[in-house]
Amino acid sequence: MDIDRKLEILADAAKYDASCASSGATRKDSRGSKGVGSTGGAGICHSYTPDGRCVSLLKVLMTNVCLYDCHYCINRRSSNVQRARFTPEEIVSLTLDFYKRNYIEGLFLSSGIIQSADHTMELVISVARQLREKHHFRGYIHLKTIPEASPELIAVAGRLADRISINIELPTQQGLDLLAPEKNLARTEAAMGHIREKIDENREARRTAVAAKPPPFATGQSTQMLVGADAATDASILLRANHLSGHYRLRRVYYSGFSPIPEPSVILPLKPPPLVREHRLYQADWLLRFYGFHVSELTTESGPNLDLHLDPKLAWALRNRGSFPIDLNKAPRESLLRIPGLGVRSVDRILSARRHTRLRLADLLQLRLPMKKVMPFIITADYTPARSGLDGDALPTVFMPPPQQLEFSFDGPSPTPEDHSASRSGEL
Amino acid sequence: MRTIVIEPTFEAWRGRARELLLEGVPPEQVLWSDEAEEPCLFGAETAPSSPRPPASAGPSLKVSSAFMDLARTTAAHTAASRWGALYRLLWRQTRGGEPHVLALATDPDVRQIQGWAGAVRRDIHKMHAFVRFRLADTDETTGREYFVAWFEPEYRIVPLATPFFKKRFASMDWSILTPHACAHWNGTHLHFTPGQPHNPIVKEDTLDPLWRTYFRSIFNPARLKVQAMQSEMPKKYWKNLPEASLIQEMIATSQSRMQEMLDTEARPARPAPRNAYLDSLRQRPAPES
Repeated sequence: MDIDRKLEILADAAKYDASCASSGATRKDSRGSKGVGSTGGAGICHSYTPDGRCVSLLKVLMTNVCLYDCHYCINRRSSNVQRARFTPEEIVSLTLDFYKRNYIEGLFLSSGIIQSADHTMELVISVARQLREKHHFRGYIHLKTIPEASPELIAVAGRLADRISINIELPTQQGLDLLAPEKNLARTEAAMGHIREKIDENREARRTAVAAKPPPFATGQSTQMLVGADAATDASILLRANHLSGHYRLRRVYYSGFSPIPEPSVILPLKPPPLVREHRLYQADWLLRFYGFHVSELTTESGPNLDLHLDPKLAWALRNRGSFPIDLNKAPRESLLRIPGLGVRSVDRILSARRHTRLRLADLLQLRLPMKKVMPFIITADYTPARSGLDGDALPTVFMPPPQQLEFSFDGPSPTPEDHSASRSGEL
Repeated sequence: MRTIVIEPTFEAWRGRARELLLEGVPPEQVLWSDEAEEPCLFGAETAPSSPRPPASAGPSLKVSSAFMDLARTTAAHTAASRWGALYRLLWRQTRGGEPHVLALATDPDVRQIQGWAGAVRRDIHKMHAFVRFRLADTDETTGREYFVAWFEPEYRIVPLATPFFKKRFASMDWSILTPHACAHWNGTHLHFTPGQPHNPIVKEDTLDPLWRTYFRSIFNPARLKVQAMQSEMPKKYWKNLPEASLIQEMIATSQSRMQEMLDTEARPARPAPRNAYLDSLRQRPAPES
């Protein structure tokens, strides 16, 4: 099989992993080195495919042959997909050749599980080792690790990579038992715990080093959860994500809306969830990490799923109108962060400006705030909303999208361009 | 009214602005222009005037390094009014008695200049992302490779954007050609030459077809979001991206490819093969949580 066909199969096999970050690595570059590569700034997206996803890393599998039978996965053993396998040298050349042409930031390498977890892990490591040690590659490397692999091998992966990750895939063991019978939540969490210890140890050792710094270790770990393949609610997904972020200090939790695959399984739902569900989960995730929200505030007993029509902060505000209006000239930062339409950056600009001036509505126009969304919830030097408007039944309808034909019938509102830019910047 | 014509560079603006500020010339009495738009303006002061003594004791003429960075970035923009706006903001922070003005994102001058700087930073970021090198030559004795790229930035960002490539690709030689300026790296020095009007590179790289295979294969036709792609990779960049020629067809065929997936008969689950590792997984006790 030629390299073009292998690349076709093994990139196709890797595309269901949503993680693409190439940021947050230790600062390094190629000056004075025989190799190429640099990391340490913000990540760079070198291209975008029409699914709106960025192309940052060469994301491929070592092989798509797999012992496991995860029913959402095109590479499971029950799938009839054509199988292929790269040699480590082939991936090394592809990575270097692509990198030198500035197509990519580095390599994201994963693999189907062949023979055993340790054997597979060793194959993945051999690629990273060649890149780093033989070719002095200083670009970004993200290695997918297998929870059942020995901690020693995971530690080696961590020393070679900028980021390592283990996919949790589903928030509950019941879901895994049904869809991914070989996977175990407790084993995955135990492995994440080991990785966190290693990252913490290395950070501390580098911080306190008096002479030569110890060799770098991956600066972060991340995971991915599949949305809409089982019956898990947004509440249980967010609880799990929050638990993982807190306990294992994950840099990111990626949410991947289940989408149809070419080799469907009898055990899977026929209908994919609306794409906007994944988007709302990202927004909620941001509220948990940067806005001081708790999971219990974002969903309710009777509504364990996020509203598809309203962003989660606005939905929260409409359920808690008694907390508003909030005075932009007086309220503390944590209250400003609760106002619909105000992102972290806008809040910081407001805090900075109000030390020198009393904010008026005209000032908010300069900040390019979404006024329709903001105005019912705020007080400025020259404006107070009518209590009747804030409490009225009509308020939620102001924010509902007008009825329209949807571009693709995924049964939910498509995110608007503002939504896209908001989910990138985290502004809500 | 004074008319000042400068080279379109940050250094040229800084030199003249410093003189005018020391002299105490208020911003409304200066008309700024640069040689990029006014190649020869009759009667204007083009040569730097001789240094004048500072005006008698007044407010501090020092500004923050944050402002100088902002000004350096803004200078790379092409809006004709940027020089005057920068001088006005400089004046307001010093002689105007508003040292805190940069903290006011609500101020129209600040907003305007931050908007220009933001556009320049975005352009730099996109240049880092969308430059595509082509292998032009390999030195037979040393094996050292020479790559060349053509890029069309929106603004005059080549000096600001190219140090990044120097760090990343230190071990190869390269040139990046643009209409504004060209940058060249030979392993030890980064130097600049004047811009070229047209893309002189005709041959595509031998790796481009493989890159297109990757681009096509990493795309998931079951989740089309064309708007999200275009807001990050506007069409103006497409003509210099080897992968962009595929986009139209990828969009056009996505619906039928997804329908095919939905119409495929579901595959039954296959029993686990005999494998010692899988057996050991079943016997492994779950760790304590």
